[in-house]
Amino acid sequence: MQKYSFNIGIWAMAAIVVAFSQFGALDLYIQSVIMFIGINIILSSSLNVVNGYMGEFSCGHAGFMCIGAYVSSVLSVMFFAQDKIFGAPILPPEMAPLGFPIIIIIAGLVSAVAGLIVAIPSFKTRGDYLAIITIAANYMVISAIENMDIIGGPRGFMGMKRVLNAMEDVIDIPWMMIWVILGTFASIWIIRRFVSSTYGKGIMSICQDEVAAEIMSVDTNKMKMAAFMLSSGLAGVAGALFAHVLGYVNPQSFNIMKSTECLVMVYLGGMGSLGGSILSAIFFTLMLEMLRFIIPAIDTGLHFLNLLPDSYHLSQVWKWVLIPLTLILLMQFRPEGIMGNKELPDLFPRLKKFYKFK
Amino acid sequence: MDILIQNLLNGLQWGSFYALIALGYTLVYGVLLLINFAHGDIFMVGAYIAFFVATALLGFLDFAPWMVLALTVPLTMILTAGVGVTLERIAYRPLRRKGAHRLYVVITALMCGLILENGNLALLGASRKKFPELLDKVIYTFGNVSVTNLKIIVIFAAITVFLLLQFIVTKTKIGMAMRGISYDKFAIPLMGIPIDNVIVFTFVLGSGMAGLAGLLFAMSYPILEPYMGALIGWKAFIAAVVGGIGDIRGAFIGGFLLGFIEVGVVALFPSTFRDLFAFSILLVILWIKPTGLFGVAKTTKI
Repeated sequence: MQKYSFNIGIWAMAAIVVAFSQFGALDLYIQSVIMFIGINIILSSSLNVVNGYMGEFSCGHAGFMCIGAYVSSVLSVMFFAQDKIFGAPILPPEMAPLGFPIIIIIAGLVSAVAGLIVAIPSFKTRGDYLAIITIAANYMVISAIENMDIIGGPRGFMGMKRVLNAMEDVIDIPWMMIWVILGTFASIWIIRRFVSSTYGKGIMSICQDEVAAEIMSVDTNKMKMAAFMLSSGLAGVAGALFAHVLGYVNPQSFNIMKSTECLVMVYLGGMGSLGGSILSAIFFTLMLEMLRFIIPAIDTGLHFLNLLPDSYHLSQVWKWVLIPLTLILLMQFRPEGIMGNKELPDLFPRLKKFYKFK
Repeated sequence: MDILIQNLLNGLQWGSFYALIALGYTLVYGVLLLINFAHGDIFMVGAYIAFFVATALLGFLDFAPWMVLALTVPLTMILTAGVGVTLERIAYRPLRRKGAHRLYVVITALMCGLILENGNLALLGASRKKFPELLDKVIYTFGNVSVTNLKIIVIFAAITVFLLLQFIVTKTKIGMAMRGISYDKFAIPLMGIPIDNVIVFTFVLGSGMAGLAGLLFAMSYPILEPYMGALIGWKAFIAAVVGGIGDIRGAFIGGFLLGFIEVGVVALFPSTFRDLFAFSILLVILWIKPTGLFGVAKTTKI
């Protein structure tokens, strides 16, 4: 029993969150913050596969998120909702709860295939040149979607709320919360299994020394392809969930800024540490939300002390000055991140009693 | 035919900006092996500095516009170089002293760029600035092809800067020190070369070029906004990579190549396809030649 207490605790926590949001104990704002934490956990841990475990520098993660978001949105609106462009739903809307996970998986697979754009050049190029290719891939995806007028182009795409309503008509429970929690658990489980398997150890060997790994019979090309496709596929899953939580997608919300957010989360948590990714995603999302309230408070305080001219007000833009500043200070004083290549049980060995990991 | 020549000239002008910024990228990369991702934003800061310097000179001193221009160019270059050197002092140098991993320096550079962009937005607000007119527009027409004097100045400036940099790097002592640092960072201080001074000089050169590019850009397209440096910076960096980063000729050629590609795409297709084509062509070039056009493949000894 003690061996399973960690798993039981996690599932119990998830059940409590779902129950609270069902019976109105959590208001919609807190619910959405929890959902964004889940999505950010998927993003940071999936980027960690490439940037942390494999030691490459990919900074176009949001591009794959964009593909996942758009594929899933178009599919779900096409199948389960009445829409101006796609006409009547192809399947009866009562089937939405069954079809939705399949759509999310399809979005992940499409994003994984799109990950080949980056994976194939990565056989020959590495380091800085690969960073450029990932950025270029990000811009290409956004640019391509902006040029598709049928799905709204630069104006964005909406209609996912109707799919959610169709789900809630079947059974009235917080569906999105459930899907985000399941997606988060599933992706962490996949990554954890992958990097701790014998097969996945090849990725860490590429990080240490590619030539040596090749000599020791690791098929580096195949490994790189697997890592990039896994990472981009999970980013697609995160994008699909993101699109349905917001109910609206716009190509510009997946630009370099979003990729930078993912990078900040990975390096804040520590490269090659899943626990670090999870912790930093939680911490980062909460910090973003807290700054929403802290900045106006500081603003009123400074005006009260007459330190600022009356015409000037601190805006929410300062958030984007403080976050990079945090990361710069982090790089100066603790460059390996919060956890730095360790998992929680490495820091607190007693935790090993509470979970079973074969 | 006329349209072709006109587009060629436009491509030359557009490529000149890319080339000027790409030269800065390449210089810093060649010496430090560091992608200075804040460079695009230093270009933006240069444009803003040029704006403030020009308006101040026009407002207080009541000079003739050409005098203002003659004063603005050196002042902008010096002040922007100051910004670049400050970044190097407070962000990159401590990391270099600690011998941190290259990746951490790259991330620091990315974040410095974000701070410059958003700090500018937070301090000056989102209202766009209008750059004052410093140069009376003169249009020379040859048949159906028209050239403004500004276009000629921009192209001329890019070529001059390129020749100057080529001279500095290949013919002078400090250029030799730069090449030495890029060759072996550990042996150079032992030879009595002040490594920090050389690196600062590199940043001065690169940021000065970015400042000049910012001023010329603001004169050509007189609307300033905080995010103007982001996309141009990325694209100039791409130009440098296509040319083979760390090589001055490569950066110059790559910048003009990207300029021609973009102007050509806009001339033939709807303008929304510009980024798509530019980045796709980049991917193809890197697929065929992974180290860029002039880049030298590094061999790893085992």
